[in-house]
Amino acid sequence: MRERPQRAVFPDGRLGLRHGPIELVIGAEGPARAAALEAAERRFATILEELVAELPLLRQPPAALPEGPTARRMWAAARPHAARVFVTPMAAVAGAVAEEILAAMVASGPLVKAYVNDGGDIALHLEAGATYAAAIRGLDGSELGRFTIRPEDGIGGVATSGRGGRSLSLGIGESVTALAATAAAADAAATLLANAVDLPGHKAIRRVPARDLQPDSDLGDRPVTVEVGPITEAEADEALARGFAEAEWMRGAGLIRGALLHLRGRTRILSPDPSLADA
Amino acid sequence: MNSPDPVASDKIRCDACPVLCYIAEGRAGACDRYANQGGQLVRLDPLTAIERGAPAVPFLECGWDGNPIASRPFLTAVGAGTTYPDYKPAPFIVSEEVEGVEMVTVVTEGIFSYCGVKVKIDTDRHIGPERALVRAGGEPVGHVTTTEYGSKMLSLGGVEHLTGGGKAEGRVTCETLLKLCNKEEVTLEVDEGAAMTIRAGTAPVIDGKPEALMRVGCGSAAIGMFAVQWAPHADEVIVVDDHITGVLSEHQAGRMLGLEPTGIRVKGRRSTPGRYFKVAEPGAGWGGTNVSDPLDILLPADKRKAKPGMTLFMVSTTGEDSAFFRLDEDLLPREEEIPPALVASAERVRENCEPALVSVLFMAGAGGSLRAGVTENPVGLTRSVRNALTQVTIGGAPAYLWPGGGITVMADVLETPENAFGYVPTPALVAPVEFTLRREDFVALGGHADRIRPVSEVLGGAKRVSAPVARDPRDRRNFRWGA
Ligand code: SF4
Repeated sequence: MRERPQRAVFPDGRLGLRHGPIELVIGAEGPARAAALEAAERRFATILEELVAELPLLRQPPAALPEGPTARRMWAAARPHAARVFVTPMAAVAGAVAEEILAAMVASGPLVKAYVNDGGDIALHLEAGATYAAAIRGLDGSELGRFTIRPEDGIGGVATSGRGGRSLSLGIGESVTALAATAAAADAAATLLANAVDLPGHKAIRRVPARDLQPDSDLGDRPVTVEVGPITEAEADEALARGFAEAEWMRGAGLIRGALLHLRGRTRILSPDPSLADA
Repeated sequence: MNSPDPVASDKIRCDACPVLCYIAEGRAGACDRYANQGGQLVRLDPLTAIERGAPAVPFLECGWDGNPIASRPFLTAVGAGTTYPDYKPAPFIVSEEVEGVEMVTVVTEGIFSYCGVKVKIDTDRHIGPERALVRAGGEPVGHVTTTEYGSKMLSLGGVEHLTGGGKAEGRVTCETLLKLCNKEEVTLEVDEGAAMTIRAGTAPVIDGKPEALMRVGCGSAAIGMFAVQWAPHADEVIVVDDHITGVLSEHQAGRMLGLEPTGIRVKGRRSTPGRYFKVAEPGAGWGGTNVSDPLDILLPADKRKAKPGMTLFMVSTTGEDSAFFRLDEDLLPREEEIPPALVASAERVRENCEPALVSVLFMAGAGGSLRAGVTENPVGLTRSVRNALTQVTIGGAPAYLWPGGGITVMADVLETPENAFGYVPTPALVAPVEFTLRREDFVALGGHADRIRPVSEVLGGAKRVSAPVARDPRDRRNFRWGA
């Protein structure tokens, strides 16, 4: 039977919305808080159906522009990467949904601070003076890093990708967080950076065609990681370095502000470049 | 139910949401909440903890309510999984100190073939004869049972429909129960009766018409309540009701107000003065009768008592229908505009009617393996529950324990978290069950004490925080020792 969209209110006042694979936690502060939360709920009512209507197109590398506003956010986030790596708009779906809902909230009236967290991919709205504290946790729940985002940082999206998540990964990055101007951009970048943290051809890494695991995956027959056996510290550093180089390229191209890459207890951080902060 | 659509031998399609994931054997769909287990679609729920003040309500149906209160979360069995059919300890046995007492909660999902729902439908409309079969999609899933005050009752499911009938009957029954327990809508037809769309916590829709209000009382009770307000504005008042129709001037309440008999007579069988049974057939008209023109229930007026110009106010027991008449020269009632005071009184009747709702109680008996998950000595659990030393909850909702043998419980599905129930293809329902008791009582009944873990250890893994319950299952007032 079809499940209908569900909502819940958490004890701390945050709003939870869920439909199918989308699970959002939403917070808002400011004069239009109630209106914003209502707007989020209204916008959420049809968002999954809208995406599903264009799913075949969104599972292809970005060529023809899709119709829906959320689908277009996904497309726009994937497109700048498409010349270098395999990517489909699906790489940005969670971030794009968060962004679309946040846009509806911000349009409903004045807010000091608002965020939409879509399974770890967060769209952020901060007015002068407001800050957002984010903590990044590893697969085992331990804290990997904590940072505070201010409006002047120009960060509207924080996304985390890696082997702990639901989506399949081409790489071995355990947890990769990207900070970008929008949540969709951060999501696409985090997905691709988790792929980039890799040791191509390494014997300890078991991979199977994506379709064997998810018959309708946008990754088709590309080999996705199912198990990472023993690797040496040097190899872990090497894998992280590949990811880090990719992150630097992305920051240079203005696609992200910063990134945090984690593998086997080691973390590399690419700080937001101050020169890009007001871009 | 997510009837898996077999697209290939080892892959199935989930239809629980528009994504329609195509799921390979042994894998989960995009949301991680549905999986393919041996070609069957099964639901994988996140382990759910309940926090007071976190109402999980259907989307878009309640206004925003800020300002909730946080408190100690209660771990429910939703998403806990089950150990069936193995006789081994329940998936989670957790403990926590509550007001100085160490409380243990055994958390498990039970698989129930002996289960069903009791549905109360607030309506005076005729939904079908008592004992008539209730069908979903043509398959029998239960029957109409004893009518209660202002409500019709259904008994649905049970082992006879789940496993005693045909394959389709079992599947449809399971699907119907699952939907009702998960607070979803179902459409049912009663043999020789109505078609109904019902959903826990909402107004029933009977033969396409949403029911708005429960009647204020039977016609006689309504006369008792409103006689003083009506008497100054009409010579006669008739309250139309399928069960008992009241006639003001004949009724004791009217006589006490000194009203004269009006000679206006109604059909049906008089029980006591001013109270009439069966003025019409049951139906979807005035006051649960089949009458759409209220004059249909009148007999010719008694010429010795009735006089031209007398006024008659007729109103249904929900106040939804009303009309005003004046007797003409031939003593025939002619409709006139209702005087404002009587319009207001009909409104008052309506106001005093509670909103008509559908309520669904899940009812099931805890079987051997479920009890074995708690203790090596299952009868010890039965006795402990009987002695009010062990509190049983269904997804955190308080369960009423039927007296007598065994552990047969009922719980209001509206108090359970969203999507608390699942199913197995047997067919049977999967329901969350928690047993809460003092550690010493747990040990005394032979509980698997070596499996007790601090609740904090498990709560970290609870992926979902959900609705509050009426009272915390660990509250001392639930127990014999804490009265
Ligand atoms: S598995 Fe989840 S996301 Fe996929 S169709 Fe079923 S409910 Fe939707």
